[in-house]
Amino acid sequence: MSTNDDPRFCTFYLGDLYLGVPVTSVQEVIRAQERTKIPLVSPVIHGLINLRGEIVTTVDLRHRLELEPRTDDHDPINVVVRNHDGVVSLLVDEIGDVFDVADEDFDPLPPTLTGVYRDFVRGIYKLEGQLLLILDTDRLLDLPQITDEPIESLAS
Amino acid sequence: MSEELDEVMVEFITESYESLDELDRQLVTLEQESNPDSLASIFRAIHTIKGTSGFLGLSKLEALTHVGENLLSKLRDGLLDVTQEITTSLLQMVDAVREIIEHVEADGEEGDTSNEVLLDELSRLERGETLAAAPSPEAAPVPTEVADATPETPAAEVIEPAAVVEPEAAVVAEVVEPAAVVEPEAAVVAEVVESEAALVAEVVEPAPVVEPEGAVVAEVEVEPAAEVVEPVAEVVDDTPKPEKAAASTEDRHASAESIRVDVGLLDDLMNLVGELVLARNQILQYSVEQHDTTFFATTQRLNLITTELQEGVMRTRMQPIENVWNKFPRVVRDLTMACGKQARLEMEGKHTELDKTLLEAIKDPLTHLVRNSVDHGLESPEQRLAKGKPAEGIVRLRAYHEGGQVIIEISDDGGGIDPAVIRAKATEKGLFGRRSDENGNLSDREVLNMIFMPGFSTAAQVTNISGRGVGMDVVRTNIEAIGGSVDVQSEVGVGTVFKIKIPLTLAIIPALVVTCEGERFAIPQVSLRELVRIDGHDPQSAIEYVQGAPVYRLRGRLLPIVYLHEVFGNEAPDNADGVNIVVVQADDREFGLVVDEISDTAEIVVKPLGRILKQVSAFAGATIMGDGKVALILDVLGIAESIGMGSSGERQYGAGESGDDMLDGTIHRMLMFRLGTQRLALLLEMVARLEEFTPDQVELTGAGRVVQYRDEIMPLVFVSEELGIASSRTEAEPLQVVVCMQGERSVGVVVDDIYDIVEQSVDIAPTSTAHGVLCSAVIQDRVIDILDVESVLRSAVPALFQEVPA
Repeated sequence: MSTNDDPRFCTFYLGDLYLGVPVTSVQEVIRAQERTKIPLVSPVIHGLINLRGEIVTTVDLRHRLELEPRTDDHDPINVVVRNHDGVVSLLVDEIGDVFDVADEDFDPLPPTLTGVYRDFVRGIYKLEGQLLLILDTDRLLDLPQITDEPIESLAS
Repeated sequence: MSEELDEVMVEFITESYESLDELDRQLVTLEQESNPDSLASIFRAIHTIKGTSGFLGLSKLEALTHVGENLLSKLRDGLLDVTQEITTSLLQMVDAVREIIEHVEADGEEGDTSNEVLLDELSRLERGETLAAAPSPEAAPVPTEVADATPETPAAEVIEPAAVVEPEAAVVAEVVEPAAVVEPEAAVVAEVVESEAALVAEVVEPAPVVEPEGAVVAEVEVEPAAEVVEPVAEVVDDTPKPEKAAASTEDRHASAESIRVDVGLLDDLMNLVGELVLARNQILQYSVEQHDTTFFATTQRLNLITTELQEGVMRTRMQPIENVWNKFPRVVRDLTMACGKQARLEMEGKHTELDKTLLEAIKDPLTHLVRNSVDHGLESPEQRLAKGKPAEGIVRLRAYHEGGQVIIEISDDGGGIDPAVIRAKATEKGLFGRRSDENGNLSDREVLNMIFMPGFSTAAQVTNISGRGVGMDVVRTNIEAIGGSVDVQSEVGVGTVFKIKIPLTLAIIPALVVTCEGERFAIPQVSLRELVRIDGHDPQSAIEYVQGAPVYRLRGRLLPIVYLHEVFGNEAPDNADGVNIVVVQADDREFGLVVDEISDTAEIVVKPLGRILKQVSAFAGATIMGDGKVALILDVLGIAESIGMGSSGERQYGAGESGDDMLDGTIHRMLMFRLGTQRLALLLEMVARLEEFTPDQVELTGAGRVVQYRDEIMPLVFVSEELGIASSRTEAEPLQVVVCMQGERSVGVVVDDIYDIVEQSVDIAPTSTAHGVLCSAVIQDRVIDILDVESVLRSAVPALFQEVPA
């Protein structure tokens, strides 16, 4: 998907980080739901929620981006995104506006940015007063590290 | 006409009706506004009908659609413009096609309506002529006109008289001559004519028209020939008409009563019903707490309706197994020809219905089994005759409902499978694994089921049909993937029966809800065997350990215990007030799953997990509970495999079977232990518990060494000393003690190391003369002495036996 498809982005916050995903990939934004924990999976997977009868996996975005765990003063918000794997919910701290950004404000990733950001951030928009990091949802949800390791170790 | 063709034909008719209705609309739209897309779609529809009709041998229909297609292709390529004339002709063609199909639907024949005028029109239009220049349609019946048209007219028209005047074949040949131009179609036409001839023959007989002999026909040439045909055609048309008409209205009625629905829509509907079931469950729960009789009554009604609706929606997804079976007669026929055998296929219960997805899933396994039955099962006709069987073998398919499942049997009356051959093959391929030996450890039935192991094939010769050893394990994998099971029974010389059990549907299943670590999990009822709760002051002690592996004694059998907590990678808790064991079955193995709490049974709706959770084999899916929360569904098979039980590569045989399964020899369970370098066994029925004591717990009394055990003094018997075998145990090591009961008293039998529990058939007879040894047996490829516990105890602690009152 090129950034020019739909210039609007759904934005949200993780602490001080200002992030966005293309508005076309977002199905809906909902309040925290009661989740069911899933044993045996990576802690990145927060659990399962019931979204009007559909079972949706929630991903703890803080964990995914290797940030500090959420301090429990308020509930996280589910940003439900649809990608080629189906529907997945991203847990974020706070929801922002839907932004219409100009292409000329777009910058590729500075080469100094390393780690998970290099993998997950597609580019940066220079907004007034702050920077908006655009996440690559497909890469974000590509979780090869999910295994049932405890089971394997039990077998040995 | 064969059943197989019937099905294709019915499908063709249904599809054609649909596209014809669409064509009417599209053609009209096209006339008003030229649109390349709709033109292409019209072309495709006609092309499809043409292709299928050619395949089905409907030559008249093919000829008609062929001409129509030519015209349409010119329109599509922009070589012609859509005119009113063209549209009219095309619509007429659609009507003609519909008429032929109606005929086909009524009696399988294309009918006798002549379309040559229309054909001519279409051809002319295709050549870019206009119809105004053409003779008026009314002129068509005029003989000369027919003659003129002959070279261009498809053979069907001209040959038709040939059929009528069949006896005069030679003469007719003359008349037909011009038709030779259309040679390529002749073969097909001949067939059609032939079948028509049969019909005509009956009707024609009394008709005086045919009376003129060949000479007359020859004389009158083409002109009268056409006339001769006319009346006969009428007779043909007239006589069966009332019947035909009735049949056709009825059929049209039938196709109007059934509609084709997108499977996706049915899936959605099923989902909604699933939601409704969940909401119903919630309301039911609430109504019980309300003490409001009106509300309660309404809820009950809602309950009933929901159940009926659920059944109804499930029925829409049901299809008779016939849909899969229908291709088997052909499969069997081709196969018997290929391998020079004779076989008859019998089917019973072909109306048994199954969920569409399940039907799809069993298609390949069933085909494989049917092929196997013919290729491997049945003997050659010579062999069969030599055995006193009829040369023609029978392959029988049977389907029926039993206990909420569908059972499908594929049986043959062939040579059967010889367990000895399987044993030999399994030994050769090393498929018995390390645990079991090839000498009578397994029952014949267990041996037979080894044919489902990967890489197993007994076919002496690999044919191109079967025998490569990749089939049967795939059959089993596919069937197990849909929650089913497959079993084989065979008798040498009599035949083989494969029995497949599959659930009716996968969408809504009964399940047991359990709790573990604060989360609820659902266990599908099909994997459930029983529930066990251990109460008492020390429930944990009822679970014993063999080399760290927990086991529970369930009615004389040792049940392996799996803590769900440990499966999830956590510590098993110490349940002081009782242990809940869910006895489950995975494949042919049973094990006990320890959970925190057993809640209730519920109808759950299986929902798939997202792709990123697919790799977790412990879960089969998820469901939404009455309170709206999500619960995971445990995959018992996945759990068993992940902990190394019942992995298909090396199955552990001999456990968990009951009754008639233990046909050869008496099955004994034995506790295997070591003394120094020696391995010994003792019968498990003697064993009460397994304990471990530290050396400082051992106290000395006048009678020997004892320990305090459960508020009594338990004497210890050191087997190594009794049998004179050097022990490898050091003084500081804890003592491994097998607690045996002698009357009311416990006795501790001290061994070096307990390493296994084996279940196999052993002939227990006091054959050994050595002290303390009951007999010797081959266990796990080794000759093992089986300890005579009683005699050892008698010599070691004689006091025990004196105290027992006579």
